[in-house]
Formats: sequence, structure tokens, C-alpha cells
Amino acid sequence: MIDKSVKDKSNKVKVDTKIDGKTGDIDFNTLKSGGLIKQTQKDLFTVRLRCPGGRVPLSKLEKILEVAKKYAGDYVHLSVRQSIELPYVDYHDFKKLNEELLEADQKIASCGRRIRVPTACSGCEYNPNGIMDTQKMAELVNEKFFAHPMPHKFKISFSGCPIDCARTSENDLGFQGAVEPKWVEEICIGCRICASACREGAIESDPESGRPIFYAQKCLYCGDCIRSCPTDSWQEERKGWIIRVGGKHGRHPVVGRKIAEFVSDEDILEFIEAIIKWYEKAGRACGTLRIGDILRMPEQWNDFISELRIRFDKKLLPDPKMPYKNEIHFE
Amino acid sequence: MVEDMVSSQLDLRGVMCPINIVQLKLKMKEIENDGILEIVIDEGEPMQNVPRSIKKEGHKVIKVEKIPEGCYKLLVRKNGGSLK
Ligand code: SF4
Ligand code: SF4
Ligand code: SF4
Repeated sequence: MIDKSVKDKSNKVKVDTKIDGKTGDIDFNTLKSGGLIKQTQKDLFTVRLRCPGGRVPLSKLEKILEVAKKYAGDYVHLSVRQSIELPYVDYHDFKKLNEELLEADQKIASCGRRIRVPTACSGCEYNPNGIMDTQKMAELVNEKFFAHPMPHKFKISFSGCPIDCARTSENDLGFQGAVEPKWVEEICIGCRICASACREGAIESDPESGRPIFYAQKCLYCGDCIRSCPTDSWQEERKGWIIRVGGKHGRHPVVGRKIAEFVSDEDILEFIEAIIKWYEKAGRACGTLRIGDILRMPEQWNDFISELRIRFDKKLLPDPKMPYKNEIHFE
Repeated sequence: MVEDMVSSQLDLRGVMCPINIVQLKLKMKEIENDGILEIVIDEGEPMQNVPRSIKKEGHKVIKVEKIPEGCYKLLVRKNGGSLK
């Protein structure tokens, strides 16, 4: 299958296309920022498409298929971070491919030392666990911060609830939906459903009355009690995003940790802006390092927290914890 | 007694999620509005999933009773009704 794609390419008429105003020699770094990844095979690239939150409208999908048949290999690859990738694209075809994709408003992703396309779970629209609207935020963050240059790659993800399908602790910046429950005593009928519904043992039933006894320190903020209580005795106290910073996978994974809870959609954009600003500064001092590796240096961590504290004050946790290494290769 | 008003019963012991939810949905179709269905479900996953699905569908659990062997008997009123 692969050989066939490559051979087909060699039969294609190659036109002399201008890329970034240059002909002939191609600056691979320029291309890379535009979502082109060099393949092992000569002249061939994988084109990574911009699919925020892994959601691709059918109108775009049709265009992608049309373009792929024309310029790419005979399959697409779904990247681990939710992008559609078109392999075996000859760089001479890049301009035409890009223009044709744009007819359906399909853009190309970002690579390299930039803010990458955010990933997100399917979120609250139709997933019964979803607390916050991940898709809306992925779209918004993609529009606002797309391909912003950074000291190193910078990945953002959104999970709708504490099940955390989008793995917020493995991203440079992760946002996870959360809801804090509160109990309204007067309307409780002591049915015990909430104690059975809570998977965390955060609710026990009083043996006599059947009413809940709440252990707040065990609560994961999933909202199952609220969804299950037949009388609406469990209600929303606060709802919003948990923010985790400094995670990454790769050769030396780092676990990102919580710096804030119950942050609103609007404040998320502010947090991202502030964190970008700090990372740019820290990157100048520390060099090409992921934010999680910089944040593991105590003096940088302190600087980070005190800078965010000035801007966000009590919206930041009182005592957030530094990211730590997850030594999967050695333990 | 609300028990006297039960119009239908469904034993969902040993039925896994989400099959139990589908069976419950089908049973609910047979019942008139405000009719009461008695179901029996297992502790654990069914108790985590079934009550919230009942609520989501707009029905109402009006009584819960723990019965032996780790099961629960739930009385469900179709399409809400007030909790009295
Ligand atoms: S993180 Fe929660 S809301 Fe998102 S897909 Fe997973 S279970 Fe659903
Ligand atoms: S929010 Fe989730 S973890 Fe917290 S008490 Fe309710 S069911 Fe338990
Ligand atoms: S589920 Fe609701 S009504 Fe039943 S015991 Fe819990 S809080 Fe009370």
C-alpha cells in the first residue's frame, strides 16, 4: 500500500510552486510551523490538519477526503493528539493542497516550538458525565492562541469531568471540569441513593435516617450525587475548571499539578495569557525547556507562583504543588 | 401506601449496565404517566448509573429500600409527579 502511494507520486506532474516566497530550496523549519512533518521518503511530507478538540465537521471531512485522494497517500492517520494527518504529500503540492483545504475552511496545524492545537474530550453536550464545555473552549483557545511561538512545544487539553479522558496532568496546561456539591437538608428523604452513587466513598448514609454524611476531603467533584439525587437535595455549589500546569509525556514524562479550582471560562483565557507571558520570560532565562521542566526548579516555581498570585490572588490555590517527574522508564 | 399503586415490576438483578437502562426504558414505555414501576437493581455499578439515568429521563425515584443480598428496590414514578 505504501509503495504504491510513493510510486503514484512520482508519476504526478510537479509544478514549480512558490512556498513562502521561495522556490527551489525549502526551509523545513518554516514548513514545520505550518504543520508539515518530513517523512523518511525523499520530498514527501505528512500534513497535519488543525482539528481542535478532535472534532471535524462533515463539510470539512468531505474536502479533506477530496484533497487527500488528489495529493496524499491512500489512508489518513489519526494522530494521538486528535489531528487528521495526510501522509505522502509531495512538498510541491503543498500550496495547492492548502488552498483547496481552505475552500472548506480547513486549516493546517501547528508544530515545533509553538502552542499546539488543543485537544478535548467530547465534553458536556452529549456525554452524561460532562460538567464543562470542552469543545467550546478548545475552539476558543485555538482561535486565540494558535501557533503562538513558545520556548518549546506547548500542549493544552480539556477534559469535561474528573474521569479526565483528555489527560490534563500530561499536558503543559490542562483544564478539567469540576463541580462541588452542596447538600440541602430540608428536602432530603434519606433514600441513600447518593451514598451508593458516589464512587469515592465521600458520602455515607446515616444508619438511622439514611441521610448523607459528607467527607469533603474524598470528593473528586464529579457531580454523580447531584445527578442521582431524586429530590435535588444535592445541588451545585461551585462549578468550573481545575487547572493543571507542567505536565508532559515523551522521554521524561512530568506530572502536571493543580494550581487553581473552579475557574470560569473567561478566567481561563486570562490564565493562559499570564502563563504564556511567564513562560516566555522563563524560557529566555532557562533555554529550550518544557514549562514542566522549568517549573521543577524551585526558584522558577516560586517566581511563577508569586507572579500568578499578583494577578489572580485567591483564584490560585493557597499552596499549589510543583510538577514532578514520572519515571516510567526507570521504575 | 405507595406500594399498593405499583403497576408494573422489573427485576434487573444481574443485568449489567447499560443493558439494564435499556430494559428499563422499554418497560417505561408500557406504563402510563404517573404510573409506578418497581425495579430491583444490584448495589455497585447499577446503583451508580440507574438512578441518575431515571432522573435524566424525567422520571422520579419515590422510594428506595435496601433488600437482602446487596440489592435495592426502587419505586419509580413515570414522568415526575410530585414527591409525596
Ligand atoms: S472526561 Fe468526562 S466528560 Fe470528557 S469524555 Fe471523559 S467521561 Fe466524558
Ligand atoms: S461530587 Fe462525586 S465524589 Fe463528590 S460526593 Fe458527589 S459523587 Fe462523590
Ligand atoms: S440521594 Fe438525595 S434524597 Fe436521597 S439520601 Fe441522598 S441527598 Fe437525600
